[in-house]
Amino acid sequence: MSTEHKITTQKVNFKVFRFNADEDYLPYYENYDMEVTSEEVVLDILNRIKWDHDGSFSYRRSCRHGICGACAIKVNGRSTLACKESMNDMVALFGDELVIEPLSIKRAVKDMIIDKGDFWGKHEAVTPYLVADIDEEPEMENLVSPEDAEALDEADLCIQCGACHYACPVVEINEDFMGPAAFAAAYRFESDVRDNANSRLLDANAEKQGVWDCVKCFECAEVCPKEINPISKITKLHQMAFQKGIAEDNVAVRHAVGFKKSIEKRGHLDEGGLVLYSEGLATIKHIPVALKMLKKGKIAMPWNIPTSDNMDEIKKLVKSSSTAKF
Amino acid sequence: MEKLRYALFTGCTAKQSTPEQMISTMAVAEKLGIELIELTEASCCGASHLQDYDDFLSLVLNARNIAYAEKHGLTMVTICNTCQLNTAMTKHRLDENPKLKAKVNEKLAEVGLEYKGTSEITHFLYAIIDDIGLDKIKEMVVAPLSQFNIAPFYGCHNIRPSELQNKTHKTPESAYRPTSLDDLIIACGGQNVDYKEKSKCCGFHVELQAPHTAAVLTGNAIAGAMDENADWMVTPCPLCHLKLDTQTAHASEAIGREVELPVLHMQQMVGLALGCTPAELGLNHHLAKVDFV
Ligand code: SF4
Ligand code: SF4
Ligand code: FES
Repeated sequence: MSTEHKITTQKVNFKVFRFNADEDYLPYYENYDMEVTSEEVVLDILNRIKWDHDGSFSYRRSCRHGICGACAIKVNGRSTLACKESMNDMVALFGDELVIEPLSIKRAVKDMIIDKGDFWGKHEAVTPYLVADIDEEPEMENLVSPEDAEALDEADLCIQCGACHYACPVVEINEDFMGPAAFAAAYRFESDVRDNANSRLLDANAEKQGVWDCVKCFECAEVCPKEINPISKITKLHQMAFQKGIAEDNVAVRHAVGFKKSIEKRGHLDEGGLVLYSEGLATIKHIPVALKMLKKGKIAMPWNIPTSDNMDEIKKLVKSSSTAKF
Repeated sequence: MEKLRYALFTGCTAKQSTPEQMISTMAVAEKLGIELIELTEASCCGASHLQDYDDFLSLVLNARNIAYAEKHGLTMVTICNTCQLNTAMTKHRLDENPKLKAKVNEKLAEVGLEYKGTSEITHFLYAIIDDIGLDKIKEMVVAPLSQFNIAPFYGCHNIRPSELQNKTHKTPESAYRPTSLDDLIIACGGQNVDYKEKSKCCGFHVELQAPHTAAVLTGNAIAGAMDENADWMVTPCPLCHLKLDTQTAHASEAIGREVELPVLHMQQMVGLALGCTPAELGLNHHLAKVDFV
């Protein structure tokens, strides 16, 4: 007997987030024990809860094919597209107790449905469309070479599902932070040869809201169902700021530039020197912790900072391979 | 078994703000019968910040570091998650893109070096698990950590992006439910603590430009471990260690709750279980007091 298409079933306990902002003071979790087949995706389970158990259960879905981006929710804390995520994989990863929650609990409106207003507001703020002087009666089509199209790095495949945005720890803490999806959208148009918007890159690099507040946790890269890898776009927005000469002279920018200075001098990083170069006078605020660290032998004195062997090679390479200016 | 040998890329932190990490790495290597050949020529990996400024330069410098491991014909072992990410990312990009590799090698040729792609790059945590094995560790334990609840803190740059990370070691690791460090705790005889923040970010990389964000993340991590009754935390990353060990005052202020736990480097935990003395592991270099040994 062939086992190739064998469908297996399994008992799974679902703890499902329930909340109606119009009626409930606090959310609660409803338990559903269900037989789940290996062929099902998470959205099938949401449907079965609604059809077989409670018609008032609410969630968003439309295309059922990973295109519309409406169905993103969290399973055991992991953002995912309900219509794309196989139950088998979820059980393999998390076992037979699965917690189903909306993308953002604090934004819950009804069950899986959240108010995504902050997401759309930030999306809109990056001018997510092409800004170009269009010749209304062109002689021929506007050609974009394959190389130029490649520069987009598939950022145009984003379906605005919000999975990355609500997985991003900085979005949770700093409400000005634009978030990975908005940055991916900013990059998509900044990297388009036809675009000539003038404030998008500046906004994406501005303090507090911009790319420099990204903690580099890679949650967005891990979670994106379209493999957009938003943090790779964030890195490119940093680099573009230098390429276009609009990088501001601030702590974050000096911190990045400081690495080159330090490497050029010692190969290794001069940790104290980097802080001093990045923060200038504001470095004083670190003194209480620095003193404690000093006492524990955690601060190298200027004359003790390690230096790499073969510094001549490093100096030569820094000189010949540098591409960026500040 | 033939003696295990690796090329050690120390990174910068182990030589400055976390000297205890260097000390304990060498002590544990000796206990485990591992020979570590330090790449004294290596430069800083750029810590993912140089990459924001000058991507090509960071590729050239990291390729140079790897070239030195290749010269020894050894796998490169890293002891910092961020070093691991940046070095492995460089390797991945060069191995996948012959044109880029040629461009980088053109520069390296100026100093008589070549990046070939022959050395693997793995974090010490995975070298221990893959090449020595948890069973062997269990056998070697002389001072089991059985009275301790230990909270593993994985650090982003060892587990994400999982596609890249899982190419650098044999033991599969999930970004959402990592197990390597939990398993190592158990092998050392300890009780592993499960908590939500164990796979989350410590905030290190925005310490200067976004101190509040950084402090909240650190605070949440320690609070999460405390709430699950951890006696102490353990991490494979010196940058996470710096945050969790030295920034508790800021973290407490940011989340409005006093948080502090002893935080050990992965090497120190293994060292304790294998019978190293506190001095051999540099436990005197911590800010959050390690008062249980
Ligand atoms: S890498 Fe940056 S943008 Fe992506 S989730 Fe982490 S903090 Fe947010
Ligand atoms: S980048 Fe990916 S995860 Fe983020 S909104 Fe777009 S498709 Fe969704
Ligand atoms: S229903 Fe459209 S993406 Fe899932």
